[in-house]
Amino acid sequence: MSPTSYPMLNLQQGTDSVASPGSSRRDFLKRLGGGLVVFVVLGDWAAAQEGARPLPGRRELPNDFNAFVRIGEDGRVTCFTGKIEMGQGPITSLPQMVAEELEVPLESVDIVMGDTDLCPFDMGTWGSMTTRGFGPALRAAAAEAKAVLLELASETLKVPADQLTAEAGMIFDPKAPARRISYGELTKGQRIERHLTVKPTLKDFAQFKVSGKPVLRRDARDKVTGKAHYAADLRQPGMLYAKVLRPPAHGATLKRADTAAARTVAGVQVIEDGEFIAVLHELPDVAEQALAKVKAEFDVPPSMVNDRTIFDHLVHVAPPVKVVSQDGDLTQGKAQAARRFAGSYLNSYVAHSAMETHAALAKIEGGKATVWASTQNPFGLRDEVAHAIGFAIEDVRVITPFVGGGFGGKTFNLQAVEAARLAKATGRPVQVMWSREEEFFNDTFRPAAVVKIDAGIDSAGKMVFWDYEVIGAGDRGAAQFYTIPFHRTTASGNFNGPPGLHPFGVGAWRAPGNNTNTFARESHIDLLAAAAGMDPVEFRLRQLADPRMIRVLKAAAEHFGWTAAAAPSRRGYGVACGTDAGSYVAAIAEVAVDANKGNVQVKRVVCAQEMGMVINPEGATIQMEGCITMGLGYALTEEVHFNGGAILDTNFDTYQLPRFSWVPKIESVIVDANDLPPQGGGEPAIILMGAVVANAIHDATGARLVQLPMTPERIKAALAQARSAPTPG
Amino acid sequence: MSDTIAFRLNGQPVQLNVDQDRTLLWVLRTDLGLTGTKYGCGESHCGSCTVLVNDRAMRSCALTVKEVQDKEVVTIEGLAKDGSLHPLQQAFMAHDALQCGFCTPGMILTAVSLLRSNPQPSREQIIRGMEDNFCRCGAHTRIIDAVQTAAAAMKGVR
Repeated sequence: MSPTSYPMLNLQQGTDSVASPGSSRRDFLKRLGGGLVVFVVLGDWAAAQEGARPLPGRRELPNDFNAFVRIGEDGRVTCFTGKIEMGQGPITSLPQMVAEELEVPLESVDIVMGDTDLCPFDMGTWGSMTTRGFGPALRAAAAEAKAVLLELASETLKVPADQLTAEAGMIFDPKAPARRISYGELTKGQRIERHLTVKPTLKDFAQFKVSGKPVLRRDARDKVTGKAHYAADLRQPGMLYAKVLRPPAHGATLKRADTAAARTVAGVQVIEDGEFIAVLHELPDVAEQALAKVKAEFDVPPSMVNDRTIFDHLVHVAPPVKVVSQDGDLTQGKAQAARRFAGSYLNSYVAHSAMETHAALAKIEGGKATVWASTQNPFGLRDEVAHAIGFAIEDVRVITPFVGGGFGGKTFNLQAVEAARLAKATGRPVQVMWSREEEFFNDTFRPAAVVKIDAGIDSAGKMVFWDYEVIGAGDRGAAQFYTIPFHRTTASGNFNGPPGLHPFGVGAWRAPGNNTNTFARESHIDLLAAAAGMDPVEFRLRQLADPRMIRVLKAAAEHFGWTAAAAPSRRGYGVACGTDAGSYVAAIAEVAVDANKGNVQVKRVVCAQEMGMVINPEGATIQMEGCITMGLGYALTEEVHFNGGAILDTNFDTYQLPRFSWVPKIESVIVDANDLPPQGGGEPAIILMGAVVANAIHDATGARLVQLPMTPERIKAALAQARSAPTPG
Repeated sequence: MSDTIAFRLNGQPVQLNVDQDRTLLWVLRTDLGLTGTKYGCGESHCGSCTVLVNDRAMRSCALTVKEVQDKEVVTIEGLAKDGSLHPLQQAFMAHDALQCGFCTPGMILTAVSLLRSNPQPSREQIIRGMEDNFCRCGAHTRIIDAVQTAAAAMKGVR
């Protein structure tokens, strides 16, 4: 059966307000083949794309649809999303949403992710936007599809639609159950164009049978058997593996390169295009050996800054501040303070360090380029590649296989641009997979940052003013949420720059900016609580007004078995709370500090998170655990060492990731709020890990750590300082 | 130097005409098409490239093919027997002991090796045995649980 003989149904919600369908939707229909296809446009599309930023060549957002599902003649349902699977779990949770609204078994729902020819445009998988941003559109598409199927069934069964029930992929009349028809049978027939006049409502949480229930990962079998393909696992006939010459430092320029020795290696092809030099071979290891034979000289600019001087540099070159939030006259607040405490909080650059390095395979055939890539941003990658090789955007297709971790680091796609340029230059499919050293060198690090806080409490121990400036990290999570009559929060620069602020590329790193801001705020709040001689949980609760924050903090304290005591209580308990991606989160940690070695062992973390409606509690719990574990790294060991533009960390010998022996007992508490719209779940818990550990160290020892990571040297230094000049409390 | 290298791979004899100093990781991934063995760091730090050599977990990024001459190599693709998953594979699935899945083959094969040498490890022994395998997504606690579950399911069978 040819694709055009399949029934196709094109429907739009609020047809009057939607732009004309245009050709792109017709193109999609052609590519999707058969079945019933339902398009919807939902909500404020631009607003749902938080974190979007311009890339070269990026085109306007389409506004005629943002989600669709297809129902095949075999009854299988396919949902299409520009989101990608990098471990965070939409491969399971998005089909749950479709199964729920469409009334089909979860097993019958397939998902196509990150294919720019098959999936609706998407700005990128970041900002914990999949469930809260894309989810509602997908649910609406599924709900509309069900409504349309009910109408079709009504005509076929000669029963009014409102008397019919949809269940498990079948529609039947409950009064005469023999009158039934499957979705698959309904999708056979003529091509149909139909618009719904009444918009179907989404189901309530109370009606859920699939969503809201814990479901195991649907990709686990492929991942435990080695069948799951990542970009570097893909092969094309005649393909070459490329290794690209890298400078010794960012900012270096190539003076001369001698590729003669590399060219003597049998089967090697060398591409030289200005400073872009690559060595290619049918075997990746031979390409790498041949690249080592390239003799290159670079001009390396003198180092102006390194990992020790960076904080002075940031303060020195900080761009003008932007006010994030403020209330009252700070001068007045300062006058009311009985005691004032100023402090600076520092954090270093941190690498993404996904276990999969950046990889891409590019093939150019018949004027069309296809790129398979490890990316969080397939549509952005398509635009980047089209721009780089001079192709029209329509002539580039990006396909995203499984991605081996992203955390914000796979937003930009230099590796794919390299592969595409080389495929164009050689006329053969080319794969680029970065080595770990290249991964460190090209990473867009979480920015180093300085936070300066000046704050005061009155004679009753209540905070009266709060003056906060963050330099370098951005303002996500900076706005303080305590009840403080006089306060001001400002931000200078962000995780994208401006140029000159950071000595190399920086970018979004899981909950960008918020790890910095929450570490500083919650550390300083803790310092004020200690100065007031108050229990840090009680101190916070007394000055919180938002019931959602109060709820998570109480939930964490209750689950932990918290008993009130002013710090340092010598118990080694720390607390922190915050908001990210629309969610509320609080954690309490217990640590043991080895004062001689400066080591800290995090023994237990209780984390309570309220993220609105939870689609897959299993997946949400895993994300919380992952945040806590990953967050131990930036809290305790992870910092990028550099000298000017030279990145001194090249592998995991000097750059220490969290290990099994570090991992505490983790207790995740999902605070029930299923009556609220879903919020982000992939990032919030990680924001607490700096402060919750720092506060626990303070509680254990009386020493206040103000710089991340809290390495043994810094812990020993803080302990020595605490002995000679105790911090408040 | 090109030479004939012979070893057993996932239960089958293999003969290769390759430079015997080539790295096992790349020969597996490229020449033999077994891409379940992953490159993570290339310097034996992370464990993503772990394979079994004569039942012992080894880093294939640090082995040349000549070092497996006449030996028995098992990759993640060869762990399931006759279509039924190894108890560790089943336990990883049952515990959702993975996220992105990139470290998973190395984790599972390291655990296979651990349970061969110590069929009923304590939690502490599992942590020590898995310590040099990295997972960036933070599936650690579930991986420990999965190894415990698999050990119990295997009832001490090596």
